[in-house]
Amino acid sequence: MTREMNYAMSFSDEQAMIMKAAKEFCRKKSPISSVREWIETDTGFDARLWDEMVELGWPGATIPEEFDGIGLELGSVISIAESMGRYMLSTPFFSITLAAQAILRAGTPAQKKNWLPKIADGTIATIALLDNADWGSADITCSAVEKDGKLVLTGTKWFVDDAGVAEFFVVVTKYQNAPALVIVTREQLAENACVRQTLIDETKRSFKVDFSGVKVDKSELLDPTATESTLRDLELIGALLVAAEATGSATAALDAIVDYLKTRKQFGRLIGSYQALKHPTVEVLNQTENARSFVYHASTIIGDGSLDADMEIACRMAKAQATEALLFAGDRAIQFHGGMGFTYECDAQLYIRRAQWSQQQFGDAYHHRKRLAPLLLD
Amino acid sequence: MAEDQKKLQEFRAEVSAWMKANKPADPGFLLPQTFMEVGTEELLDFLRQWQRKVYDAGYIGMTWPIEYGGQELPAIYQKIADEEMSNHRVPIIFNVIGLGWAGPLILKDGTDKEKQKYLKRILTAEDIWCQGFSEPDHGSDLGNAQVSAVREGDEYIINGSKIWTTFGNYSKYMILLARTNTEVEKKYHGLSFFLSPMDVPGITTTPIKKITGEYGFTETFFDNARIPASCMMGEEGDGWKVAMQTLQFERSAEGGQATQYLATSVTMDDLLESAKTYTRDGKPLLEDPIVRDNLVKFLIEEKALGLSSAREKIPALCTDYPFSLPLSFKLRITEYARSMRQYGISLQGAKGGLYVGDADAVEGGFWQRSYFNSFSATIGGGTSQIQANIIGQTILGLPKS
Repeated sequence: MTREMNYAMSFSDEQAMIMKAAKEFCRKKSPISSVREWIETDTGFDARLWDEMVELGWPGATIPEEFDGIGLELGSVISIAESMGRYMLSTPFFSITLAAQAILRAGTPAQKKNWLPKIADGTIATIALLDNADWGSADITCSAVEKDGKLVLTGTKWFVDDAGVAEFFVVVTKYQNAPALVIVTREQLAENACVRQTLIDETKRSFKVDFSGVKVDKSELLDPTATESTLRDLELIGALLVAAEATGSATAALDAIVDYLKTRKQFGRLIGSYQALKHPTVEVLNQTENARSFVYHASTIIGDGSLDADMEIACRMAKAQATEALLFAGDRAIQFHGGMGFTYECDAQLYIRRAQWSQQQFGDAYHHRKRLAPLLLD
Repeated sequence: MAEDQKKLQEFRAEVSAWMKANKPADPGFLLPQTFMEVGTEELLDFLRQWQRKVYDAGYIGMTWPIEYGGQELPAIYQKIADEEMSNHRVPIIFNVIGLGWAGPLILKDGTDKEKQKYLKRILTAEDIWCQGFSEPDHGSDLGNAQVSAVREGDEYIINGSKIWTTFGNYSKYMILLARTNTEVEKKYHGLSFFLSPMDVPGITTTPIKKITGEYGFTETFFDNARIPASCMMGEEGDGWKVAMQTLQFERSAEGGQATQYLATSVTMDDLLESAKTYTRDGKPLLEDPIVRDNLVKFLIEEKALGLSSAREKIPALCTDYPFSLPLSFKLRITEYARSMRQYGISLQGAKGGLYVGDADAVEGGFWQRSYFNSFSATIGGGTSQIQANIIGQTILGLPKS
């Protein structure tokens, strides 16, 4: 028997409010002309805009009130990611959300008290997960050894988002032969430790960060008993955030296609009247709508505790569906814009570049389907 | 409330026990998955007896009024009975057009006389009903129906032809959409709706052989067939309105059906079973990574369809493209069903090449026939390509093709 499916779908007033506010904010503050300006900057985002987001409480949205956050459920902020994707607004929001989740789930009381209010206040933090280019690898090459009562790190992490501006890092290392999470501050890094990677998605910033030689106090080690489940949760939450963003970007790509199909004429006819273009566009719509359903379903059931099997299924399906939808949408957006689509000036390139980046983040579609198989079939 | 729940649980257990005890033995011929697959007298007799038996046990028409053969029970009872029939995979309740479409229509809008005359005999399968909507030249364009009905005294004289008439050769009555006025400005206004007898001179049927090799439909010809004027439903010119009401029942958009157990479904569990049973390179298919990936893809699509139905009930979650979910559902579910069946056959190895009638065919060729029959849904009711046009034009605002 295949697994009994969970079809839960609900929507609180709180979620409705956040969704509406996020969409309005992103629509107003992130026109495509600004997105193109931010591409040219080092950080990839506008610091004043980030301050406005801090004012709105977004960085601390899921942080409990006792640590100066708003204390919303994780499911409530997923729609912020969707709206950011819709208007191609890249900020350190994902990085700080994941860093906060790591500390919330595995931090000691002292760590929570120290670091969470900083995040809620807009201090940028990020997580360093990968040691190579393989999301499925269990191999952690970045290691920590104890020396003179301190932890000394060795190794380079890949694809550390927003490392250029992060004040502190939650780093996955290997300590005493087990995965461990440790907090490292910017001051502890060697000079030139962060090397920017040239991403295909020019709206994003990611770095290789060499942590070799960094010495941190043992008190910055997160709770070892919670590390394994937290790592698993972080990869699923990260996948869901990317899925929500990709769903938004796929909608933007669809809008771009539809606008062009309704205005561009060839052989005396609007090109949207040709079924060769119309039918794949409907397929983009349906794939995107599927993605949206998975994202909202996952938002409905995901809580603040460790993720159960239904939540894992929801996050993995959302990721598999959303990034494939965006890949298809971006690909067709280029093709259907014809000669214009081949130019850098046409916005279609933004979407296909986003698609190429998103599909790899937290594992591609096949990575997730492969992990769904035992949950669903065996 | 707790008392009600307990009563319903008991009822479910009772139906389940009855189905288990009374599920017919394998008749030696392949049973239909849908009502569009009844092509022999032998099969018809079998299904007629089965429906009668289920009705006598009290599990069909449970919500209908007592005076017309029902029990006046709340809809939940019929729903439970239907679910248990499905769970036990008993033969389908075949008199679909009577039970599901014409019956609820008569119950809602018919006269007392019509209710007395027709309803109970639908439940007992004494009278089989068919539908005369589609015409050879107007597949999905219902409003353009051209079969003519001309009034003469107490009768209408019917001429023309209908197509895709399921049970056309077995039916006592037809719900018939015909044109009583050709002079009207809007084509819809010239239509009328009849509860027409089939056993009058001038009505003949020709069975249509389907891709499955069986007969399930007929083309129905009217050659100066005279039917009583009294069998018109509503007034002259009401036909389109009544037909739309019928489609509400046909599409289950409105309740009142005597049963909804109209088809046995093929499920992902069946596919999984095949993947465990059949081998590739000597190993169970379920160990093959590509097979596993494909099965997961189907499960993702299945879950997406279920989530669509849940999400479309929450307007705040459908603001980007309002109505895209309900409008796309027919296209998506029928295409899903078709491709899932096609894949199911591919899992059978070389046996996938066997067909109904071969002793070694998997489940008697059930999947092969089911795949062929699934085209009835991707073509009928507006082809997938027409659906894509409709979605593109109404949801995305793309120009007409």
